[in-house]
Amino acid sequence: MRLFVEVRQSLGAFHLDASIAADGGVTALFGRSGSGKTSLMRVIAGLARPQWGRVVFDETVLLDTERSIFVPPHKRRFGYVFQEARLFPHLSVRGNLGYGRWFSPPARDREDYDRVVELLGIAPLLDRAPANLSGGERQRVAIGRALLASPQLLLMDEPLASLDEERKGEILPYLERLRNETDIPIVYVSHSVAEVGRLADRVAIMAGGRVAAIGTPSEVLKGKLLSAHERRESGSILAGIVRSVDGQHGLATVAADGLLVAVSDPALHEGQSVRLHIPERDVMIATVMPVGLSALNVFEGVISTLEDEGSGVVRVCIASGDAQIFARVTAFSCERLGLIAGRPVYAVVKSVALAR
Amino acid sequence: MDWLVLSEEEWVAVRLSLKVATVATLCSLPVGIAVAYLLARGRFWGKSLVNGIVHLPLILPPVVTGFLLLLTFGRRGAVGQFLYDWFAISFSFRWTGAALASAIMGFPLMVRSIRLSMEAVDQKLEEAAGTLGAAPLWVFLTVTLPLTLPGIVAGTILAFAKAMGEFGATITFVSNIPGETQTLSAAIYVLTQVPGGDAGALRLTVVAIVISFAALLASEWLARLAARRVDA
Repeated sequence: MRLFVEVRQSLGAFHLDASIAADGGVTALFGRSGSGKTSLMRVIAGLARPQWGRVVFDETVLLDTERSIFVPPHKRRFGYVFQEARLFPHLSVRGNLGYGRWFSPPARDREDYDRVVELLGIAPLLDRAPANLSGGERQRVAIGRALLASPQLLLMDEPLASLDEERKGEILPYLERLRNETDIPIVYVSHSVAEVGRLADRVAIMAGGRVAAIGTPSEVLKGKLLSAHERRESGSILAGIVRSVDGQHGLATVAADGLLVAVSDPALHEGQSVRLHIPERDVMIATVMPVGLSALNVFEGVISTLEDEGSGVVRVCIASGDAQIFARVTAFSCERLGLIAGRPVYAVVKSVALAR
Repeated sequence: MDWLVLSEEEWVAVRLSLKVATVATLCSLPVGIAVAYLLARGRFWGKSLVNGIVHLPLILPPVVTGFLLLLTFGRRGAVGQFLYDWFAISFSFRWTGAALASAIMGFPLMVRSIRLSMEAVDQKLEEAAGTLGAAPLWVFLTVTLPLTLPGIVAGTILAFAKAMGEFGATITFVSNIPGETQTLSAAIYVLTQVPGGDAGALRLTVVAIVISFAALLASEWLARLAARRVDA
């Protein structure tokens, strides 16, 4: 699958001028509110017609303003998960889930339904009315409803934005399973570094209606493209597989990029593929092997680069195993410890900081 | 309690009123929904003109509406003649004419109620239905219409009640023929004009009160039922 979008649109003082190509997997559109992420998504879905634009999915032209081609949303077969769940209030959860199936080709069978219900953990909710669901439950049903319409592409527009931290934590694992267990390509809009880091294969950073950068999460989620607040959230991303689980202590050991990482998460199970987001601010640097430390992860490595971000903060990149681990330390510490490129150091990460 | 027993003529008037009001309401309902949709969602030139024409029967004296109907739908009226020549449908001095007059008089109430309810439907839900593969007509039938149900119920009952009580336009358009166009209201009016008719007028008044009250209760109950489904 290949999606190509190109849009030019002026709305008052706001100019959207962006083009994005996405292959399979999860492509994230990242940026703060008002950067044009949602406008771009609505053009992809066919919910908005831009002044000038082109949308091509695989070989099919869905929108071409120059040739006056416009395929309406219901013929595009793109699932859309909105920020608010938008469940139909007059239908039960079961009715909502079944809605898209009235209009989708009857090729998909019963098994699919059971699998989606199981994947999202919504079996106990089937007979409830949307009004009696919590925000997290509603969003899960909305995701299931979009999936069951057997979409060719899933568009998710900040599906977690309206939820509190606890609910986000409740849904993120389902989204990870969705990414791992289905072959539907996903375009995911978000302004959370941690969310994008965990889910996306590719990230396009949007700012002021333009695509400022595009690449893998560890390539683009750093530096000047992020606000000061977002930079505090940013970190390194490791992809790995759960090797063993210590049920008694709720600890999992994840093999990722040549490192063994202890993660505090009782929900993980052996063999599961996970992505770890290690926030830079939670990484400490030691010049000698530390002892008597509560932190479970001590990675031996070599400093590859140092980036002075100004305002007394230095971003240190440590190559360890096949991974690159970033740490944010003060310029003062840097000087005191004599940190320079090529120096062997230890990166220390608390397992609790990796709690998911 | 003998005085409560209706005479044969009075029964005829009651039955005719029910028939006229039912036919008028049911026939105008699809048109009412279509016009309400047009006014709620449509963006076209002359929308306020359409809105004005729909509301005209509400503000014009009923006699004027009846006279206009006579001019257009009477046997020699432009529309009336065409309908008679081509489809053998006649409105003049027939119960169908009474139904037409009642339908026209109740129409603004019906459209108003449905339109308000339709405007309250969250268009984001319609958008969501579109992304799930529903074509516009299906979106209307499976999302917009069910969510408009409380307004449709209220509008239908209002129009029915209006049709039951319609007097001026009906009597001007199709006169007052017992058994054909003499509805409940017309019968009461006639009875009050003849000596000794008070008892009959009173009986029919009781019937009118009962029917109106029943309609009101039914509308409350149905609206609550519909609202529970929609808001739940």
